[in-house]
Amino acid sequence: MMNKQVAINSKNIPVNIRLFLWLPAFIFLLVFFFYPLTKILNLTFDFSTLTNENNLRITLQALLFTFYQATLSTILTFALGIPSAILFSKFDFRGKSLLRALTAVPFMLPTVVVAAAFNSLLGSRGLFSFLFPLSSAPSPIFYFLLILLAHVFYNTTIVIRIVGNALSRLDPKLEASARVLGANTFNVWQKIIFPLLRPALLASALLVFMFNFTSFGVILLLGGSTFSTLEVEIYIRALQLPNLNLAAMLSIIQLFFTLIFSILYTKTINHVNTQTNPQFSQPQKPKTFKQKIFVFTLYALLITFFVLPLLSLPIRSLTRLEADRAQRDEVQYGFTTDYYEELFINRRNSLFYVPPIQATINSLTYASITVLFSLALGYPVAIALAKPTAIEKFLDPLLLLPLGSSAVMLGLGFIISFGRFISSPIFVPIAHTLIALPFVIRTLQPAIKSIPERLRQAASTLGASPLKVWQTIDFPILSRATLTAATFAFTISLGEFGATLLINRPEYPTIPIAIQRFLSQPGGLNYGQAMAMATLLMILTTASILLIEFDETSRRFRENI
Amino acid sequence: MKHKLRITHYALLLSFFLFLLSSCTPQPKTLTIMTHDSFAISENVITQFETENNIDVIFLQGGDTGSMLNKAILSKSAPLADVLFGVDNTFLSRALEEDIFESYQSPMLNEISPEFILDETYRALPVDYGDVCINYDKKYFAENNLSVPVSFEDLLKSEYKNLLVVQSPATSSTGLAFMLATRAYFGDDFLEFWKQLKANEVVVVDGWETAYYTNFSASSGQGSQPMVVSYASSPVAEVVFAAEPLTESPTASLVANGMCFRQIEFVGILKNGSNRDVAEKFVDFMLSKTFQEDMPLNMFVYPVNQTAQLPDVFLQHTQIIENPSTLSYEEISANRDVWIEAWVEVMR
Repeated sequence: MMNKQVAINSKNIPVNIRLFLWLPAFIFLLVFFFYPLTKILNLTFDFSTLTNENNLRITLQALLFTFYQATLSTILTFALGIPSAILFSKFDFRGKSLLRALTAVPFMLPTVVVAAAFNSLLGSRGLFSFLFPLSSAPSPIFYFLLILLAHVFYNTTIVIRIVGNALSRLDPKLEASARVLGANTFNVWQKIIFPLLRPALLASALLVFMFNFTSFGVILLLGGSTFSTLEVEIYIRALQLPNLNLAAMLSIIQLFFTLIFSILYTKTINHVNTQTNPQFSQPQKPKTFKQKIFVFTLYALLITFFVLPLLSLPIRSLTRLEADRAQRDEVQYGFTTDYYEELFINRRNSLFYVPPIQATINSLTYASITVLFSLALGYPVAIALAKPTAIEKFLDPLLLLPLGSSAVMLGLGFIISFGRFISSPIFVPIAHTLIALPFVIRTLQPAIKSIPERLRQAASTLGASPLKVWQTIDFPILSRATLTAATFAFTISLGEFGATLLINRPEYPTIPIAIQRFLSQPGGLNYGQAMAMATLLMILTTASILLIEFDETSRRFRENI
Repeated sequence: MKHKLRITHYALLLSFFLFLLSSCTPQPKTLTIMTHDSFAISENVITQFETENNIDVIFLQGGDTGSMLNKAILSKSAPLADVLFGVDNTFLSRALEEDIFESYQSPMLNEISPEFILDETYRALPVDYGDVCINYDKKYFAENNLSVPVSFEDLLKSEYKNLLVVQSPATSSTGLAFMLATRAYFGDDFLEFWKQLKANEVVVVDGWETAYYTNFSASSGQGSQPMVVSYASSPVAEVVFAAEPLTESPTASLVANGMCFRQIEFVGILKNGSNRDVAEKFVDFMLSKTFQEDMPLNMFVYPVNQTAQLPDVFLQHTQIIENPSTLSYEEISANRDVWIEAWVEVMR
């Protein structure tokens, strides 16, 4: 039986060990997630909120819009994601790894940067301004489309990864045999590929939907005052128009839906894991005319959609607009490295001036601690979850909850729970770990699960010490998964903005905070420096993701030999 | 065996993490100041205070003014800081009603212009002021032979259709200040003005950064609206932070006929804090000439201390605000939420 081969070293883990495996993550979530969240909700939630008509109207409006935009965004993300997943899993072409890496970069970038990138491309004097000459005010539909587009920009990588991986694990013999038996392309998809892909499609749809459901920055930055999701409404009611009762009710609703999505997601993703075949299908160069057209069109589309906005940031960071505006006829551009040089000058002699190298070091330090924390907490849980007991299956979705809970409410919970302790810089990586942990566990768990127990037993029988077994069997498989998980945690921490802003020590800003600080004052120099810092962040993120990509490519290369 | 090994690893990591947590908590001899994100100060100025009082000053930034104040209110029984700076007149009465400040009649108050001392119980003391005005792109108006609007009513003219970007008062303090200016000018009819402004295609965005850097045509973001709600000091900042030295600011403010709203920012000593005597010294320090003269180039606000001099670049490029709009802070707090909700409803 094939399936037995994929099973598992951990069924035989005794209960007390299992308890130990869960303990660190459990304590961490209890102290830094459930306790502060319960405390703030307990303090602010009041059943009288439920009877206030105005509150109910606001809630219903936000809930409907949240579902509406999340559904549309998910459909659009699939429209681009599925063809891209096919492109990356079935075909080989020049620059594939780089392109695949670049589609993942937006996911890790803070909204401020993405909004700036979109603006420099689609804005009224952006690269594409000749396509949409905006003579009058764009209608709300324009902003709505912009929101949807930004969601696609962020989340397509999820579909590419989950569905693409499932596609490349389909046994090519299945399709070949069907064809020999006379099935056409449609039959093959309908009868073979689609049923096998269904768990992957469902899992990625749920994940994309969940991220769209809790969308905050994109809606706020691109939607003006016209649109509000639950998360935006929570922010407004908790901090701007104080109505903490309403904010608490909205958070509970959002948590409830997040929990449902998490339960569904953990159920489906486990099917994705078990249906895979260890044999990878080999991507091929496009051969037929149709294939060439498909590859070329999608290639061009992905470049336009992902690479151009990302590229516009470094371009803007090196462009000077002519200074003397009084004599200028047209906007004139010139090349300059001023903004980068200026990053190193503390003109105002400001206490909070932090050299970019220091902001980078801060970011890298926080990111490294986040990697350490999330691996230390995530590894044992992933081991336990590789072959979960019934209780663990029940606990599994809870690990995803921090992704969908309101950052604002959690932040307020931190304040009333930890008081003056939260001025400690250690709270930054703690907050980042909350977000990174689900990704780390999700990356490690299938890898641990895929280690063939038979190999281990064989090695032991042949006299290998446990260390030797670990070294020759576990390590090669786990090292790659660990690298991927670590990179996830690392890049999530690099780009994280909202939680860092919660209570921030201005002396230790991260790169996103530094960008925000530049953007909060007028002046060409500030804008240029913000773009320069954004470029720096983008380069760091891209480099990290490329590290996984190339490792993955070379591994497949080895496997195929 | 293997698992036991791993567990020791985790125990080690966990203790390392607890060690980090404990090593990073604040040391006893410190004074903690909570501010909004826009706070800035020169290094030598704060160092001088620290050495004179033999104390470490820690700054915490808690988001924008509204977020910061709400965090302070939530934590008032065990405050995160000793001193809170940055509550402005639009939030003042909320801070006073929630009773988060202790009264302190600083001796420095006699150097402060009396018009700024709003709280007669001396719980919130004025530190700076600034005016929220519409900034316009000089070049755009010159090139298109457009005259500059000189009143709110002018903004409704068809030649200014789709030329103004504002911030939502629900998410932005400049947006709130500008809405309050229209409330002060039009009285109860202000929503009617906004309806007409909406018909004239005013653009509404979430906050200052988006308005200024995405929509405003004179900023480096090069947007499509030549008028933006910003500060009267922004044209000065455009000169200070120009990529190339400028002789003249590319922008100017519309300052006539009550089109600007005056914001005053306050400092207060938080109740239940420690270090009351050093906290008092810090408040005195914020009102002193040294700090007051350091503020303009750091935060682009104006001093309330009458003896403080403005920097040259301000004297050259700043505009005189003829008669800024004001509303009493009691009136603002009584109606703030109602006005914002009504505004959001109209502009939706």
